[in-house]
Amino acid sequence: MISANFSAVFYLVSGILFILALRGLSSPDTSRQGNYFGIAGMIIAIIVTFLSIGNFSTSLSYVIIFLLIGGALGAFIAFKIPMTAMPELVAGFHSLVGLAAVFVAIAAFLNPEAFNLGFVGDIKLASLIEMSIGAAVGAITFSGSIIAFLKLRGIMSGSPITFSGQHFLNLLLGIGIFALIFYLCKTQSANIFWILVLISFLVGILLIIPIGGADMPVVISMLNSYSGWAAAGIGFTLENTALIITGALVGSSGAILSYIMCKAMNRSFVSVILGGFGADNSAESKKDKQDQKPVKSGNAEDAAFLMKNASSVIIVPGYGMAVAQAQHALREMVDKLKKNDIKVTYAIHPVAGRMPGHMNVLLAEANVPYDEVFELEDINNDFANSDVAFVIGANDVTNPVAKTDPKSPIFGMPVLDVEKCKSVLFVKRSLSPGYAGIDNELFYKDNTLMLFADAKKMTEDIVKNLD
Amino acid sequence: MEIDPFIFRLSIFILSIFIGYYVVWSVTPSLHTPLMSVTNAISSVIIVGAIIAALAGTPGDIFDVSSIFGYIAIILAAINIFGGFLVTQRMLQMYKKKKDKKK
Repeated sequence: MISANFSAVFYLVSGILFILALRGLSSPDTSRQGNYFGIAGMIIAIIVTFLSIGNFSTSLSYVIIFLLIGGALGAFIAFKIPMTAMPELVAGFHSLVGLAAVFVAIAAFLNPEAFNLGFVGDIKLASLIEMSIGAAVGAITFSGSIIAFLKLRGIMSGSPITFSGQHFLNLLLGIGIFALIFYLCKTQSANIFWILVLISFLVGILLIIPIGGADMPVVISMLNSYSGWAAAGIGFTLENTALIITGALVGSSGAILSYIMCKAMNRSFVSVILGGFGADNSAESKKDKQDQKPVKSGNAEDAAFLMKNASSVIIVPGYGMAVAQAQHALREMVDKLKKNDIKVTYAIHPVAGRMPGHMNVLLAEANVPYDEVFELEDINNDFANSDVAFVIGANDVTNPVAKTDPKSPIFGMPVLDVEKCKSVLFVKRSLSPGYAGIDNELFYKDNTLMLFADAKKMTEDIVKNLD
Repeated sequence: MEIDPFIFRLSIFILSIFIGYYVVWSVTPSLHTPLMSVTNAISSVIIVGAIIAALAGTPGDIFDVSSIFGYIAIILAAINIFGGFLVTQRMLQMYKKKKDKKK
């Protein structure tokens, strides 16, 4: 058994290694090394925990067995999961962190002696507050992530579920959580603790169901943040530096990502949380526009011809590319274009896809070098000097309405200036509006050629026609 | 009067939020997905709490209620640790620079 001071130093070391793990992600070159720092930090934390308890009875073998069972499961998932399913995987993982936090808090509540927190019925006040916050946030993270997972997986409809009095109910439950924590501190009653956990589960569900499919990048980032705060809450309870540092890192990381995502959609965080966006779209205006305006549509042959004669092409991928799994076909197409000495770059909107950085991972999977992929600010001026924009699976993020029509729900959202290209190829299955429920003016521009087809099928056809 | 150790922990917490703030802003947007999966993995360091809970059972009764919660939490956190780090590694392996074969 090692002394508490000694283990505290090692927990600090593992906290620092976690900071270095995140630091590594500032560039793809250093990122792999960063990941090893993270793994080292985790190993140190676990070993120090074993040593500081110094209990090598039979229970230790069970701990190791359960650790290996979980590890094998995790490794299996990590190797099997397709990259397109990354958003739901991350949501699923968040739910596990949340639930683990709840269970650790429950264990600490039932057996406070083991954690040096006092005795059953007489837990130290500060610890009680910390563990109930950890449990509540953990429970919200768990049930919220489950809902996000179901929506992303398509098991549950991605459209917002709203009912009257929803916000009032959430407010009431939120106040209820604080009231319960207060009474828990006064009475130390186990029943109140259980009710607290149950209500927090409920809040998590209610919080996420009104949020629509394309707001998912914000939701995932937000739940990421929550899982961090839950971990920090437990860290305070256990007086563990590694957990406190990690919780703070993860919490602020998720918060920053949510902020970036909200900004990229020009929406306030509050309006995303309140949800309901895209639920009641103005169906009338959509219809008459569709009926009146002429649309030019083409086939793979036209598209291939246009691109062959271009000198520069910008690809704009979106969620539709992920759904159709078109990234590999796209890469093939780009290879052919490059052989003809055509300059090809990729433009990625921050909210393309269902989670931050989703498109980048998919392109990386298809062996697209990361230095050909550009963020919105870096490439937006290039559209004016390019011949062809190839929009595959993106929609709202290219809609010029965001710049021109102050009445539009997406007005003010930064968009890719696709229409400035000499010609625009727009791969889409139909003219249906995107998630924001509004028509894309781009469809009706003179220089736009619509390619109505499944993204993967169309791309493959273009590849054939490029020969 | 002595300072409550809680204040020290609070200081660590708040300073770490600042570190997190600056470190995460320097993460390149193309690595935001690996960022999420790795933060997910490291927040599973909550496993230390689970291990303490699981090992707290008395020798005669290693499966009392609070240890059982500890054991389950170990499984959950372990899925995350292995899954999170490995899937991050898998993603990072895919990020490649342009090869120099181009003219």
